[in-house]
Amino acid sequence: MAGAGGGGNDVQWCFSQVKGAIDDDVAEADIISTVEFNHSGELLATGDKGGRVVIFQQETENKSQPQCRSEYNVYSTFQSHEPEFDYLKSLEIEEKINKIRWLPQKNAAQFLLSTNDKTIKLWKISERDKRPEGYNLKEEDGRYRDAATITTLRVPVFRPMDLMVEASPRRVFANGHTYHINSISVNSDNETYLSADDLRINMWHLEITDRSFNIVDIKPANMEELTEVITAAEFHPHQCNTFVYSSSKGTIRLCDMRASALCDKHSKLFEEPEDPSNRSFFSEIISSISDVKFSHNGRYMMTRDYLSVKIWDLNMENRPVETYQVHEYLRSKLCSLYENDCIFDKFECCWNGNDSVVMTGSYNNFFRMLDRSQQRDVTLEASRESCKPRQVLKPRRVCAGGKRKKDEISVDSLDFNKKILHTAWHPQENIIAVATTNNLYIFQEKVN
Amino acid sequence: MSSDNQDTETHSEQMDETQESQDTNSNPVRTEEAKLKAKYPSLGQKPGGSDFLMKRLQKGQKYFDSGDYNMAKAKMKNKQLPAATGPDKNIVTGDHIPTPQDLPQRKSSLVTSKLAG
Repeated sequence: MAGAGGGGNDVQWCFSQVKGAIDDDVAEADIISTVEFNHSGELLATGDKGGRVVIFQQETENKSQPQCRSEYNVYSTFQSHEPEFDYLKSLEIEEKINKIRWLPQKNAAQFLLSTNDKTIKLWKISERDKRPEGYNLKEEDGRYRDAATITTLRVPVFRPMDLMVEASPRRVFANGHTYHINSISVNSDNETYLSADDLRINMWHLEITDRSFNIVDIKPANMEELTEVITAAEFHPHQCNTFVYSSSKGTIRLCDMRASALCDKHSKLFEEPEDPSNRSFFSEIISSISDVKFSHNGRYMMTRDYLSVKIWDLNMENRPVETYQVHEYLRSKLCSLYENDCIFDKFECCWNGNDSVVMTGSYNNFFRMLDRSQQRDVTLEASRESCKPRQVLKPRRVCAGGKRKKDEISVDSLDFNKKILHTAWHPQENIIAVATTNNLYIFQEKVN
Repeated sequence: MSSDNQDTETHSEQMDETQESQDTNSNPVRTEEAKLKAKYPSLGQKPGGSDFLMKRLQKGQKYFDSGDYNMAKAKMKNKQLPAATGPDKNIVTGDHIPTPQDLPQRKSSLVTSKLAG
């Protein structure tokens, strides 16, 4: 099972599956808003704008047919959040699922946290494959038997039944946030997690819903002095006292909870100095970090801003160790991207299992694989036209200007409504999940 | 497999390459900035500042406000109250008195996701 090798260009990616409707008329509720593999990669969860969660399960591989890579099939689906209206604040609360994060598995059941703008919920997903039969006081269909007619006693037994997967909300963590939640992150201690909104970060205990600790508060005394907001936050994968949060100004702060109860003062500040001659109206907007992710080994973190992906060594604050351009050709389109609001799109990014390759999305349903170990990159496309089973994806090229070569697409022909904001990489294997607006594509490494 | 017009920067050449690419790139960005300023001359001097952030923080704010409601009622007491029977029943703005009934009702999605279909 590969994944230990290179991921970007040695690997040939092929189509495996696509989920979702084909029609172009996309209902708002069907817009996918988050994608996440669980810790073993066996389960893949998606959340959408309609507040629904769909979980797919990887089939156990068919040993007699090794060419048939295991597929992901629907395992469970449920309505996680409902739309709400806060009459006191005259505020409409969307049911859109902003983030899903899985808890490491401790017993037979699976647990995940899902959040919308205001409320985080802990869901338990459990299997039931047996049911009790032979009650004395009830018929099989549930009707009560007349006790007077019972003459003998029997012992009820469990008999197998068709597998039923049930999702039930176990905790509701409400009223913790005044502003809109953008991130949740489960701590490596498996007891706590953090939730971040635009101005504050709270720490919760998974068992306790009526209290949470505020660990970061950047709200200024006078809101007119507001200059930056929190855009993403994540706990360190191994150090339970460490977390980072990114800002709309392109900075990342690392905080150590051992230093103080309120981590307003950072332990480290990661910021790349900007050349003042490059400052423009767009500078701050495009430097806003839309996602931050620690590497699996905990030594690096990756940030995504509008045009680039940066890898930071946690031991070096003054600049990233690697910078990759995602779609540099958009620099000459910033005016129209500002006008159509695309400049505010929040792209996510992810690491492969051994931290050698990173992936992020772009427009026109393109996504980028950036191979750190081989310093090479490739642009691929999630498209219904490349949907034959095991069809190898062809690299795509964008022509920034001048003569367009055959097979290249010009910047002006890119469809900016087709954005890939959410992607996920299986924790061990070379299997990736790529979400277009309303479809989920699963690609796998080509197996010879 | 060559990359498409992208710069992937190696560690040792990072600083030099950054400055070079920024020099050549500042021209397209400046052009874009000039285009934007020509279209919207009143765009604030504080780019990416409070305006965007305030808009972001106020996402979800709806128009029904009991203060507005009462203010509009008070203003209208001498005139005939405009009823919400016009062609644009759904628009709640201006001097038309908004009522809770005018707000589009948000109903949760009872349909199963098409991803599960």
